[in-house]
Parts: sequence; C-alpha cells; structure tokens
Amino acid sequence: MYNGVEGPPLAHSMTPLLTVENLQVSYSARTGEVCPALAGVNFGLAPGEILGVLGESGSGKSTLAASLLRLLSSNGKVEKGSLLFEGKDLREANHQDLRKIRGGRIGLILQEPSSSLHPTIRIDQQVGDVLAAHEFLDRRALDEKTSRLLASVFPTDAERIARSYPHELSGGQRQRVLIAQAIACRPSLVVADEPTASLDPTTQHEILQLFRTLRQKLGLAIIFITHNPALLAEFADRILVLYAGRVAEIGPAAQVLTSPQHPYTAALLRCLPAPIDTERIARQARLNVIGGDPPDLSLHARGCQFEPRCMEKMEVCKSSEPAAEEVSNLHEVSCFKFAG
Amino acid sequence: MQPLLKVENLVKHYAPRNSRSSSREHLTALDGVSLSIAPQTTLALVGESGSGKSTLALCIACLEPPTSGSIWFEGIDVAALNKNSQRQLRPQIQLVFQDPAASLNPRWTALDLITEPLVIQRRFSKAERTLRALKLLDRVGLPRKLAARRADELSGGQKQRLAIARALALGPKLLVLDEALSALDCSVQAQISNLLLDLQSSLGLTYLFITHDFAMAAHVADQIAVMHRGRIVESGPTETILHKPSHRTTRSLLAATPRPLEPQHSHALVNA
Amino acid sequence: MRYLLRRALHAAFLLFGVSLLTFLFSALTPGSYFDEMRLNPQIAPATILALRAQYQLDRPLPVRYLHWLTAVAHGELGFSFAYNSPVAPLLWTRARNTLLLTVTAMLLAWLVALPLGIWSAAKFGRAADRIVSSATAALLVVPDLVLALGLLILAVRTGWFPTGGLVSVGFDALSPLQKFRDLVLHMTLPVAALALAALPTLIRHIRASVAEALEAPFIRAAVSHGIPHRKLLFGYALRAAANPLIALFGFSVGTLLSGSLLVEVVMSWPGLGPLLLEAILARDLYVVLGGVLFSMIFLVAGNLFADVLLFWADPRIRIEASPK
Repeated sequence: MYNGVEGPPLAHSMTPLLTVENLQVSYSARTGEVCPALAGVNFGLAPGEILGVLGESGSGKSTLAASLLRLLSSNGKVEKGSLLFEGKDLREANHQDLRKIRGGRIGLILQEPSSSLHPTIRIDQQVGDVLAAHEFLDRRALDEKTSRLLASVFPTDAERIARSYPHELSGGQRQRVLIAQAIACRPSLVVADEPTASLDPTTQHEILQLFRTLRQKLGLAIIFITHNPALLAEFADRILVLYAGRVAEIGPAAQVLTSPQHPYTAALLRCLPAPIDTERIARQARLNVIGGDPPDLSLHARGCQFEPRCMEKMEVCKSSEPAAEEVSNLHEVSCFKFAG
Repeated sequence: MQPLLKVENLVKHYAPRNSRSSSREHLTALDGVSLSIAPQTTLALVGESGSGKSTLALCIACLEPPTSGSIWFEGIDVAALNKNSQRQLRPQIQLVFQDPAASLNPRWTALDLITEPLVIQRRFSKAERTLRALKLLDRVGLPRKLAARRADELSGGQKQRLAIARALALGPKLLVLDEALSALDCSVQAQISNLLLDLQSSLGLTYLFITHDFAMAAHVADQIAVMHRGRIVESGPTETILHKPSHRTTRSLLAATPRPLEPQHSHALVNA
Repeated sequence: MRYLLRRALHAAFLLFGVSLLTFLFSALTPGSYFDEMRLNPQIAPATILALRAQYQLDRPLPVRYLHWLTAVAHGELGFSFAYNSPVAPLLWTRARNTLLLTVTAMLLAWLVALPLGIWSAAKFGRAADRIVSSATAALLVVPDLVLALGLLILAVRTGWFPTGGLVSVGFDALSPLQKFRDLVLHMTLPVAALALAALPTLIRHIRASVAEALEAPFIRAAVSHGIPHRKLLFGYALRAAANPLIALFGFSVGTLLSGSLLVEVVMSWPGLGPLLLEAILARDLYVVLGGVLFSMIFLVAGNLFADVLLFWADPRIRIEASPK
C-alpha cells in the first residue's frame, strides 16, 4: 500500500484508502433516549493524504476517530453507513480482524499524552508490546525493532527514553512515544485526536514536523483532529469542518481557510485573534464571537443545526437540512446558500 | 504611576524530585524574576511549559512561599508577611486555572461555588450572599437560571465563566489567569477574552495573563514578558516584543506560533 | 532507598507506641490475676504479696514497663501466671498453629479471589459480574460467627470432617501420609471459614480496582494498538490496579495472627485465639501483652511488606519527591 508519495497527493487521482459513507453514530443515555453524535458523514481519504478535521467540543470529532477503529464506548453505536478501509467494510470486521487492524493497519493517537501510556511499564516494553501484538518476533528481533522505532522518533536520547517510565518524560516526549506506538506496525492510516492540544507551541511545531516527516517516509495517511484552525494552515492537505455531528464543509485546506464558504466556518475563523504579525492598530479590541450555544443534539431539532446561530439564515433552514453541494473542485459545502 | 504588583528578584527552589540524582542540590523553578504591572493593565507572561510560569503564579497568589525575593502588592511586601496577614491580603489577588473542570467541585451548584469564598471569609448574610452571587452571574454573562445547576452540567465555556465569577466574588484587584483560555474552543476563547476585557474596564481589574499562546497574548496584553528556564529573558510593550524581538527564546516562540491563513474578508493584513 | 528506610523507621516507632499503649491499658484494667486468690481463705495474704512482688506487680508502672521492654529486647516476654511458664515458648507454639491455619486460608482466598475478581471486572455489569457481585454481597452480610457455626453443623451432620482440634488422638502412630491426611481434614473447616469470610472483601476490592483500571485512557490506547485481550487484562489492567491490591495484601498479611481468633475459639483450634481468650479472662497480664505484641508485629510487618512491594512495583514511588 506504500507508494512513497512525495508531498500531498491529489485526492481524486487514486483509489481511496478510506471511504466513509453516510456514517451515523448515536449514544444512548441511561434514560433510554438516543442522542445522535454523527449524522450523514461522507468523506474519502487518499493514501498519504493529511485530512484535518476541524471541530469544537461536541461536534463529534472524537466520536469520528473512535468509530473508525470501532472503539466507541459501550453506549455508542454505529447506526448506519459504511466505513470502507482498504477495500473492506470495518463495520463487518469481527473481533479478531479488528484487533489486527487496530495498531496494525490503523494507528490511533489519543488526546492526552500523559494518560495514554501505562504509568508503571517502561517505554521500551510499551512500544515493544505493540509490535509483539502484530508480529511474531523473538526477543532479540523485538528489542532491535523497538530501539530502531524509538530512534526514528527520537533523533537523540532514544536509549535513555527507552529505559524510562512515562512520568520521567516531558509532554512532547510522551507524544513522540505515542506516535512511535501508532506507526510501529507501518499502518497506512494514523488517526490523531487532538495530539498537540496540551503542548506548548514550540513542541507542537516539532510534533507537526514529525508527522510530516513520517508521512513523507512511510506514505502514511493522517486524519488530524483538532479544534484549532491555525494548526491546519501549514499542515493539512484538506480540511473537514464538523458542526453538530454534520460535515459543514470539506475542501482543500487553503481554500477552506482563506475563503470559507459555510457560514459556520467563516464565523469560527473570525473568532481567532489577529495573527501576531498584525500591527496593533489593526487589531480589534474585542474578538468576533458566534452568538448562542452549540445545539443540544438530544433534542433532535429539525432543519440546519447551525440555523439558530447563523448570520445568513433563510426560511428553508428552519425546516430541512441542507445536502452537500460542490462549490468548486473538491470543495463541498452543506448550506442552502449553494442549493439548486 | 505606582505599579499594582511589583516582583523583585524572586527565587524559588524545590527539593530535588529524584533522590538518585544527588548531583544537583535543588530544582530552581524561579531564578531571579522581576516584573511589574501597572494598575488596570494586562501583562502577558509567555513561555514554554516548565519555564516557571505556573510557579510564579502560585507565588504571587501566596499559595507557595518564595525562597527569596519580594512581591510588592500596593506597596506591601507580600512575601515578607506572616500567614495571617497574607490571609487578609489574599482576597485581593485571585487565581483562575486552566482547567475549570478540575478547579470546581463538580457536585456543587453554581451558586454554592460562587458564594463559597464569601462563606469562608464570613462576609454578609446568607440572603445577601445569594444576591451578590446572582449579580456576579450577570457580570460574567451566565443566565441566572444556571445558578442551581451543578458544575458538571455546564459546558466548558460556562465553567470558565463560573470560575471567573468565583474569583471575582471577593472583589479582587489582581487576577492571575493561568492558561485560563488554553483548554477552550476557539469560539469560546473569543467569548471569554471579550469578557475579560469588559471586566477589566468595568471593574478596573489588573491581569497577569499566563499563556503559551502568543497570538492570544498579543491580543489581550499591554505588556509581554517572555519566560525561559525560570528567568524573564525579555519584556516590554506588546508591539516591541512582537515586531522587534531581541531574545532568541522570543524569536523561536514567535516562529513556532501557528499562523492561521487569513480569511479574505476579516482582519486587514498589514505586513510588518 | 530513603523511602524504605523511612517506612521502616515509621514501623518501629509504631510498634513502640502500641506496646506502650497496650501496657498502659492492661495495667489500668481493674483487677489482677491474684485478686481471685485473695478470696481463697487457704492462701495467706503474705503469699499473695510475695507473689505480687515476685512478678513485680508492686512496682510503679514506668518501672514495670521499662523492665518488660528490656525483657522483650532480650526475647523474653515475661512469665505466665496461669501456666507458670515463660510466655514466649507458650505463645510461639500457639502462633505456629495459627499461622498454619491463616497462611493456608489467605493463600487460598487470594488464589480464588484474583481470577474471580478480574473476570468479574472484565464482564463489568453483565450477567456473570452480577452473579459474582450478588454472591459476594450475600457472603458479606453473613457474620463470621454464623459462617463458622454453619460449617460446624455441616461437619456434625455429615461426619466428613472432625469438629475440632489440630490432630486426632493417636496422631503420632500414623504414617507420614496418614498424618498429612489427618491434618488436612482437621484444617479444612477452619480454613474454609476463614477463606469464605475473607473472600467477599477481596473479590470486591479486586473487581473494583481492576474495573477502574480498565476505564483508564491508557487501556483504551492499548486496545487501539491491538494488544490482545488477555495481555490487556493481566499485563496492563492488573498492573495498573496493583497499588491498592498490594496495600490490601499487606493488610491480609498483617491480620494473619489476629484475624482468626474467633474461628479458632469456635472450632477449638489450638492457636493463639483460645489462649488469648483464657488469658484475658484470667487477667494473665504478660500472656495478653505478648499476644498483642505478636499481632502488632505482624500488622506492622505486613504493612512494611506492602511498602516494599509497592516500592518494587511502582517506579513513581521509587522516584518520589522527598518533602519540599
């Protein structure tokens, strides 16, 4: 599956690695009410592509990551849709298949680097365990492979880190260990859920750099989930904007960030403080905000989910949900502005 | 103008964390920090994690005793005061943390949480406390109907508003905001930063805004101080730090700050 | 190493404190062994006074305590009034019997509780877990005494097991194999009573800590790496749950001498239990003191043992900060 892509590939030029169609995921509360977390999510991912998933809390972005690996919590359920990965539907995979896919074909990097590592097991063993779970290796081969793997994410100091326990490492180092685990078995896809949220900008920058290098070397496709649009600017090939469990907009990164078409994307980007290069005179004293609160999905409100907060709402938005419309090449927006 | 807060040559040592490494006697978290904040202005303290920002916050809020140095608050050296006098001064300086979920007891109602500092300080009657709490809710833009909600039923933004209301309960002059926006979504960050600016002008508050986000620091601060390994390596007016950084750390922090691609219809882009 | 040293010092200090308190309390209890003698007209008051002097009961309390402490330091625990013999050998024989019983019961209980607790945690909230939980809850509400008596009734009704004692009459004449069989038969009931009494607490603790560990983000991360289920349970979750379980284990080691008193008395097992009971009733001061001291040593040693295990199991404790 590795095709040694140099730089971002063109999404339409090859068979997709992952195709998500009409994905619907719900959580059931103890009271019995069912709360949809994702509805009608469609997107494709080419081998070696970096897709940035942009969404705020409650948008369903972590649910998306979890459903790709069928790791939803016990009250969560994929209700509808298909998750076609490397030609097989993940929804139909049995226990054994799933175990092999997890870590073997799809690597996952979870939100908190500090809590994603076992506190009382040494780093080399935790990384080695991932290798051992997918390959038959004798002790020596395993050790050797583990140290080579750690060396690939830690240019210096790999040996010391191998012998350490998680609490002896910094946040950035822990994140690198998680990356080593995720890429241990050369998966074709890595799903990273807010991997840099708790890191400071310098470390964040280094981690993004590492992701880029790995994509280049291994031909990894990456789904990079974040709430921070600024991170995606120099990193993602395409961006998918999630709002209230729906895809608001999906398109090439530069297009989505510089000329956002969905009212939500536009409003979200306007919330950011001015870039640091801006002169003070040009800064606003107050930031723009999006009025109102994100919708309560358990209420099953009709119409466009963004309608109550939308500056450009129309009559039709109240009653029915917009479908995705292609506004330019590869750029799709779910908004009635573009319907018909 | 006399500064509201002036920190002079503050040093904080911790006992070594690792008993095996006897090479170093102690860990230096703060290594001679000096800064001052004029009343009703905002000083942003920017630095990487582990640079000593949070230790400084704790020292200023009288929650950690410094090893040496002085902290002048309105002309009084806080660090030299005894525990009792510190306790009397403490309402003047309030701390807001990064993670509101961790600093608010999830089972308490919003009302309990806001009135608690008043109860501890034995101020006002019960009815008066409730009235004040409701007014505080108005101040931070939380609907009064949320007063009876438990903290864990609130959203992240609402929790941070609640944490701010709680910090305001005792009428402080200085708010130390330790990464108070970092855990929030962008749209919520914008709301809370606006709220902070409003509160500053209506209540005459002074902020020490601790962050690793240079863009947000640039937005809210009058002055910026850059911290590295327990020292302030550079400080000055926001404009100077942003456009004429002199220290290596500042430059690398600025370089690492992600720059959003500008939406065409938003801020005017001016090249520096 | 500083950590272990600190824990050891702490333990020594604790032992000293408890010995002082027990001595004080037992000296403050009204009456003494010789009070009953006083009622006996055949014993001259002078004899009683002489006896009191011989056992130093006429000396002031601090002196007696110091005297006793020096004796303890030399491995002597004083003299039993009732048995008219040194306390240490007396206690030691009985303690050996008790340990035979409790160590077996403890090992058995842990061997059953560990897999059951882990299994129950892995099936958290499902039918299998509910059955285990209800069973342990039911067992938990049955008082130990009722449990022991129930087993005794069973033994009497069926005649399968002897109803008391350490060995049968004529034990010495038996062949080694028969001796072993005889001992096992005698041990079965008290061991069962002790193990059954300990089981519910153990299972519930193990289930709770493993279930909590299974909720941890790093377990989810391990699942996402495709780590096999068995390794996840025993290698990751159990290891994460180890700290509270080690503390619990230390506690069960600690109660090895004192936890079986009731069962021993009810099942007439010649351990420390019956001896201490008699000694307390007869105000046989030094036997009581010695018994309490023995159990305390075990309790403190158990905790110290747990500390050592924790030190070994958790790297975070090894690198624990010395106080700021």
